[in-house]
Amino acid sequence: MDDGYAVSAPLSLEVSGLRYTYPDGHEALTGVDLRIAQGERVALLGPNGAGKTTLVLHLNGILRGSAGSVRVGGLPVVPENYVEIRRRVGIVFQDPDDQLFMPTVAEDVAFGPANLGLRGAELAARVDEALEAVGMSQYRDRAPHHLSFGQRRRVAVATVLAMRPEILVLDEPSSNLDPASRRELATILRGLPVTLLMVTHDLPYALELCHRSVVMDQGRIVADAPTRQLLADTDLLARHRLELPYGFAPIQLPQ
Amino acid sequence: MSMGAGHAHPLYLDRASPIHRLPPEVKIVASVAYTVVVVITSRDAFWAFGCYALLILGVAALARIPPGWLASRALIEVPFVVFALLLPLVGGGERVTWLGLSLSVEGLLGAWNILIKGTLGVVSSLVLAATTPARDLIIGLDRLRCPAVIIQIATFMLRYTAVLVDEARRMRIARLSRGYNPRFLWQARALAAGVGSLFLRSYERGERVYLAMLSRGYTGRMPRLDTGGASAAQWASALTLPVAAALVAATALLQG
Repeated sequence: MDDGYAVSAPLSLEVSGLRYTYPDGHEALTGVDLRIAQGERVALLGPNGAGKTTLVLHLNGILRGSAGSVRVGGLPVVPENYVEIRRRVGIVFQDPDDQLFMPTVAEDVAFGPANLGLRGAELAARVDEALEAVGMSQYRDRAPHHLSFGQRRRVAVATVLAMRPEILVLDEPSSNLDPASRRELATILRGLPVTLLMVTHDLPYALELCHRSVVMDQGRIVADAPTRQLLADTDLLARHRLELPYGFAPIQLPQ
Repeated sequence: MSMGAGHAHPLYLDRASPIHRLPPEVKIVASVAYTVVVVITSRDAFWAFGCYALLILGVAALARIPPGWLASRALIEVPFVVFALLLPLVGGGERVTWLGLSLSVEGLLGAWNILIKGTLGVVSSLVLAATTPARDLIIGLDRLRCPAVIIQIATFMLRYTAVLVDEARRMRIARLSRGYNPRFLWQARALAAGVGSLFLRSYERGERVYLAMLSRGYTGRMPRLDTGGASAAQWASALTLPVAAALVAATALLQG
């Protein structure tokens, strides 16, 4: 499991022994351990129902584990710290229509930093900066339902970037995107100077963006390795219902 | 419909005019105050209603709203005032004969009262709607200290109506694609089930939106971003309308 990242870089995310049981008795997390260093880009892979989204909701305290702990940039995720934790952890949900709930793009991007107490020129600068980072500056006064799906997803990324997060967590960032939007989003994500955790079924996208991948199954982390190496392990992939697209062989790709 | 305005509703007319440029809250107050003055004026002061009509049509002209546009939209009041047309026929008291019809004077006055006040009220709302996009109306109500819960509900409606309509449209296409073509009442079951599942989907979306809000630091209170507001000069220019109407009303009162 030693992946060579246990160097001196400070940790953005530290999850230890995290367990969670849903009220109906279903055990979603059965002891998750995960460390992500500052500036890393990590893909979180696994079949449906593995507990990936449940884990994501623990990172900012929406769900609270029955055992174990989560730390973000050293700060424990406990109710006293929720304001700061929710600034540090930027979650981009799968459906941009859930994430963009304000009438215009600019108001939506302003929502997060405004909750942090920013106002006036400082707030406007944050909004401009975040929209600029995803190439959506010219759409600031548009209504979200007048944007294409790919544009809405980029604005969704901007809404959390505006909070200057320590770690950006994306739930299925490439889902429902056409190939061009998918590539544009990859370019944007690669250029962001933040730690990135990406939940995805899109294995080529994981390979393209993340040097390291972790595989989750039945509520725990079952593999943690460089993405290229992991995707070449056909037995491992088969065991955890992961499949590469037809004709795709990561070994043939340039390093 | 202009795309740039974002929330142009069907009654909005995208024009460059001094009325369009006024802040929304002063227009809301002016429109409501004007309507109140019109409503409290005695129905016998016929000339006063002429002045009111000139005032609101003057504002409409300033806002560059075509009279034909106003007239056709004002027809919305027809279902509400149709019974007023019956009053002269069924009213009691003194009667006059007109074109062979025996009409009640009391009924005529009653019908006039409803028609003129209704029409002026509708025209005043139309002028407000034609010059103010939906988003600005909500901002205006917020600045007028309308309760925060109402403002939040209206804001979410503005955002999610289009999403909901889209969802309903997709469900309709899915029904039609599977050969559903209701011609009889008992075939409406699938439609009812559709409405039910649309409700459930919206409910679930509401939960997901709430999670997304929490994740961005929502603590139960929407941040007040709006620091703008109308200047004294803007209030003064907008309130010219109700003040002029009030002067007319006062004169009518003194004469009557």
